Amino acid sequence: MECAALNPPAVLISVSASLAPWLEFFTFRDINLRLILAGCVLLGISAGVLGCFAFLRKRSLLGDALAHSALPGVCAAFMLTGTKDPVIILIGATVSCWVGAISIDLITKHTRVKEESALGMVLSVFFGAGILMLTHIQRSGNASQAGLDKFLFGQASSMLDRDVWTLAIVGTIMLCAVALAYKEFKLISFDAEFGTALGLPTRMLEIALSTLIVLAVAIGLQAVGVVLMAAMLVTPAAAARYWTDHLGNMLLLSGFFGAISGAIGTYISYLGPRMPTGPWMVVAVTIVFLMSLLVAPKRGIIARVLLLRRIRRKTAEENILRTLYVTGEKEQRMDAPSSVAELQQFRTMNPWILDRTLDRLMDRGLVNETREGFFALTSDGIARGARLTRLHRLWELYLTRKLELAPDHVHDDAEEIEHIITPELEALLVAALDDPAVDPHAKKIPPAMDRESAIS
Amino acid sequence: MSHAVWIMLVGSLAATACALVGCFLVLRKQAMMGDAISHSVLPGIVLAFLITESRAPIPMLIGAGSFGLLTAFLTGALERYGRLQPDASIGVTFTWLFAVGVIMVSAFTGQVDLDAECVLYGEIAASPWDIWLVGDRSMGPRAVWILGAITIANLAFVTFGFKHLKLCSFDPALASAVGMNVSLWHYLLMGFVSLTTVGAFESVGAILVVAMLIVPANTAYLLTDRLWRMIVLSVVFGVASAIGGYWLAATIDGSIAGAMAVMSGAYFLIVMFISPKHGVIAGYIARRHPFAAADAVVE
Repeated sequence: MECAALNPPAVLISVSASLAPWLEFFTFRDINLRLILAGCVLLGISAGVLGCFAFLRKRSLLGDALAHSALPGVCAAFMLTGTKDPVIILIGATVSCWVGAISIDLITKHTRVKEESALGMVLSVFFGAGILMLTHIQRSGNASQAGLDKFLFGQASSMLDRDVWTLAIVGTIMLCAVALAYKEFKLISFDAEFGTALGLPTRMLEIALSTLIVLAVAIGLQAVGVVLMAAMLVTPAAAARYWTDHLGNMLLLSGFFGAISGAIGTYISYLGPRMPTGPWMVVAVTIVFLMSLLVAPKRGIIARVLLLRRIRRKTAEENILRTLYVTGEKEQRMDAPSSVAELQQFRTMNPWILDRTLDRLMDRGLVNETREGFFALTSDGIARGARLTRLHRLWELYLTRKLELAPDHVHDDAEEIEHIITPELEALLVAALDDPAVDPHAKKIPPAMDRESAIS
Repeated sequence: MSHAVWIMLVGSLAATACALVGCFLVLRKQAMMGDAISHSVLPGIVLAFLITESRAPIPMLIGAGSFGLLTAFLTGALERYGRLQPDASIGVTFTWLFAVGVIMVSAFTGQVDLDAECVLYGEIAASPWDIWLVGDRSMGPRAVWILGAITIANLAFVTFGFKHLKLCSFDPALASAVGMNVSLWHYLLMGFVSLTTVGAFESVGAILVVAMLIVPANTAYLLTDRLWRMIVLSVVFGVASAIGGYWLAATIDGSIAGAMAVMSGAYFLIVMFISPKHGVIAGYIARRHPFAAADAVVE
């Protein structure tokens, strides 16, 4: 495989000053470099934006299948015209991708073959046909065919200014189309049936959207090649999804991620003479993806782990408060101390976690250590325990009365819900149950009280 | 044996090995995992190559097999811990691994006698000359031995695991309710798919592997509702594609692997129309004459 790096001589010629290569890049004095950079960034933007729609329609692998099915079209266009003019090749690729997209649609619609099978079949059979045609052309001894195989892996360094112009014009048209039909595309991405009900031509819109995705694939082929084009459609969109719930923001972010990966890919292949641009673009965008996966607020893994930890801690604390409260009820002395062993008996809890939880409760003044290994509620703790017990028993009563569950079936459910019920829900429960005094087990439901009355 | 027969034998063995595991991929709606694995084994192969500095089959199988499993694990992890939808998890994972593989190939050109194109479409035409020598005795083409061994391994896996694979494919919930380890069987299947991919890739290339995994299995899927018949039929279609593909490639002078993929697609296209029960024509007739089907059931 030829490596798709910049031509070293071209780089050398342009290095007029004695700048280090990693700095020289940022002067953008090299015309060749400017061209490739523009091409890769444009490609990243258009693939990133269009990829979002494929992603949202859960058809991320469509890009992969379409990219592969472009190959027979590229070969056919060459066989028919004998030139490698970017516009003609683009038309060939687009037509062939289109046929691929329609085949996938027809196979899924008219047979019982599943969608991912249809994708895989179109991908491999079309690509097989492309390879067959490509090898046929190569063996036919036509000298002008050289370089046709760059569509397999892409070769950003071979982009000429008219390739970049084609990319720029088609890319701009595509982005304008997305901007114009934004509302419609949004609707069919989330709820196509609702669109039909509104009287929108959903079928036409779907075809238009598929055509745009096909175009995004076709213009990217030369720079990153068939195989890696798929990544530029899926990965930026997947990364952007972690940051936002808003489609407009997602499109912008995804386009931005695509653009910076294009720039990074160009930069690395500029520095390393044997480094191919396309694969480095993919690696760059994957790194962006992994970072989003980890650090994005709300959806990122770290944010979710922290949230989970907070919920677990709160649950553990509340469980202990409630255990101490119930013990107090039995002893008829609300600040009756319990030993660690007794707490363990009620709550099967890792001893280490129990220790840590008790420490936190003491820090917050909800629990006292009366003597070594014995713990009792403080007045604040009693109030919190009373409220939790109240919610627990209200819920038990609600389940037995309104859902007519047996009283011995309601404890586990209440055990979970007591941590969740908000004051608003509590008020609703109280109203629905007419401010009850006892739960289904004939235990007293602690009255709603504020802190002052809890102390007395 | 003549050159042509060896090539058809290599193709048929690859097709058989692929069809055996491909049926389960299709039934489990994981057809694209075949595509993903066939691409993402590339870094594993390059690593094995760099470490052993040879094309010895065992290290390559290990390298590729582990990267195949890694793909399956990463995809699963992204879905589970990253809450990513399945199609995107596959797409992110394999394109990234493939890109790393291509970078490795270009970074170590000179040291690696591999090129990414041959990974994609293989060199089946050269396989008869790649002879396995034991001492000084010729044992026949190496690819035949490798693919033969993989075919036997897959056959054993499918035969002994038939019941488990069947239940895990059709009703994973029931399978885990009766105590089967569904994810173990999932990873076992992925392991065998990786093995098949790497075994076949050297001779027939990654794309033909995808075609052979999915296309014959889907062709058979349109013809029968019984699992074992589907497996047998898909092997038949696979072998027929290998033989027909050789003929097509010889006629128009092109890549044999590509032609085999085209032939498998051609068989699918024919069956898609004429299949008696699930075909397009049958479906059309059934819609036009809704009572014909009911009459047939009554009879």
